[in-house]
Amino acid sequence: MITAVELGLIYAIMALGVYLTFRILDFPDLTVDGSFTTGAGTAAILIVNGTNPVLATICAFFAGAAAGVITGLLHTKGNIDGLLAGILTMIGLYSINLRIMGKANVPLLGEDTVLSPLRDNGLLGSWVSIGVLFVGCLVAVAFIVWFLHTDVGMAMRATGDNPEMIRSFGVSTDNQKILGLALSNGLVALSGAVIAQFQGYADIGMGIGLILIGLASVIVGQAIFSQRWIWLAALAVVFGAVIYRVVIQFALGAGLEVNDMKLISAVLVVLALILPQLKFFKKLGSRIQITSRFGGSSAIDETSESQQEAKQNA
Amino acid sequence: MKLAKAFQLTAGLAASALVLSACGGSEEPADGSGGAAGEEIKIGINQFVTHPSLDAVAEGFKAGMEAAGYEDVEYDEQNPQADQATNTAIAGQFAADGDLDLALAIATPSAQASAQALSDVPVLFSAVTDPVEAKLVDSLEAPGANVTGTSDKNPVMEQLELIQQFAPDAESVGIVYSSGEVNSEVQVKWAKEAAEELGLTIEETAISAASEVQQAAASLDVDAFYVPTDNQVVSALEGLLQVAGDKEVPVISADGESVKRGALATYGINYEKLGEQTAQMAVRILEGEDPATMPVEELSEVELYVNTAAAENLGLEVPQELLDEAAEVYEATEE
Repeated sequence: MITAVELGLIYAIMALGVYLTFRILDFPDLTVDGSFTTGAGTAAILIVNGTNPVLATICAFFAGAAAGVITGLLHTKGNIDGLLAGILTMIGLYSINLRIMGKANVPLLGEDTVLSPLRDNGLLGSWVSIGVLFVGCLVAVAFIVWFLHTDVGMAMRATGDNPEMIRSFGVSTDNQKILGLALSNGLVALSGAVIAQFQGYADIGMGIGLILIGLASVIVGQAIFSQRWIWLAALAVVFGAVIYRVVIQFALGAGLEVNDMKLISAVLVVLALILPQLKFFKKLGSRIQITSRFGGSSAIDETSESQQEAKQNA
Repeated sequence: MKLAKAFQLTAGLAASALVLSACGGSEEPADGSGGAAGEEIKIGINQFVTHPSLDAVAEGFKAGMEAAGYEDVEYDEQNPQADQATNTAIAGQFAADGDLDLALAIATPSAQASAQALSDVPVLFSAVTDPVEAKLVDSLEAPGANVTGTSDKNPVMEQLELIQQFAPDAESVGIVYSSGEVNSEVQVKWAKEAAEELGLTIEETAISAASEVQQAAASLDVDAFYVPTDNQVVSALEGLLQVAGDKEVPVISADGESVKRGALATYGINYEKLGEQTAQMAVRILEGEDPATMPVEELSEVELYVNTAAAENLGLEVPQELLDEAAEVYEATEE
């Protein structure tokens, strides 16, 4: 179970990237399936060739960001539909990833990685490593929350919410989208780089179907936590990623038929999409808001809340 | 409101289905009441994906253990269905359980994840094409750590010799392989080395998806085809067979199953026997031998598979001695 939490925390970085595009920019970005492997491959090949693992992991971030920029350019300057732009970049990345890695599977067994300090001291699979990884996630969350409260970040949120309005203020929505996609795919690639170092190899197929895990993490997390504040929403994504992994692990541990695994993943995502529509969870969401009202919530919140309550009483 | 109820019902049903199937799965007897050594043995099996050859390895392994007197072994069988995150989670779970006597990893990614996660438990791998390239072992002779096992390296030389037996005039051999599979790249390298010795030339084309197999095969002007154990190519084998049929050239595959589907012949690995051989290594480890000094083993015997229907289509006669030698003769091609 501890490994599941560890994996969940590493995948949470990827899920935070998906959160940026999916929730903030309102952009369905499928680049993720490719850029995750780009990050893993970049880090792996650099480490194998003797680069410092920390530096290799940072390079992986920028490789992923470059992939995001390509999707952004295709969409904004090339006027290609967002979904299609992501798919095109993802497909193109398959070949680029093979070029980067030189072959389909780069083993990292026995190499020095960013996780070596933990692994060498036998701390992987313990609460210490969970703590370290959680702190890593908190740093990423703090970075995103800080960024989204800067002027640029505010403009990015507005781009996702109401592009017409933000354009009327003279802000380039194109640049916002490109920046958002770069940041998002950078985080995804960072996650891929750490996963490769965690599992001991980078593989050309490791990103396949990843977008589903990312969306599931965002949706599961936000089904349980409120979405009203950026920091809570971002933190919810982290917990969502962990919950997703733990549920999969639980299903495995319970001795479920192996062939049911894909069905379980699908059921989990369906549940995460349906549950928030239920009364109980809506109530739970508003309760969190009530308890935090002392923090200062706007009059709009209160009216929408009272409307909701009135609806429920009716 | 009605809608919400319906959702609640659906969610409830789904949840109870999950719980029920969870209960159903755990019926497996967990009370291994003692192996040959008189104590409970627990073996974790991580099989990367469901696939006839890999299934055969797992079955062969269990049969081999039973034959060696380990009848009440508790098997913790896991299968990530090719999902790499789950693969890593399974390896981590094996490490966290801490009560495994041995871990069996079937196929390369499972072996890599197990080797990374498990340092105290002996790890046996099977169906790994090139354990050195995958960095699982230092060398085939002296693995050097807690990881060793069996490789499913094809007898490429013998297989290419079959081409010369059926088509003595053949000079060039075409290989279509997927650039996304490490094991295929290795096999192309082996094929080139073997071809050089046999006086053949290899012409290869890489593909990135199963849908490209037919086109890639058509682009090669060769006297014969060799099909490595490449998942993409084997899954689209019919496309290649069609092209070979049009060109009237023989197709030699690397696995017996492809012969059943219409390739001419091969000297193939029997994966069940590979599993049994792995079990014999497991027994030695359970009896105290150190995996670090146990050389990686290859299957000591291969079997000849021949498809006489495919030969007939090419107007070839299968030599009687090959027919006598064959373990399997397919007289019709299964569609």
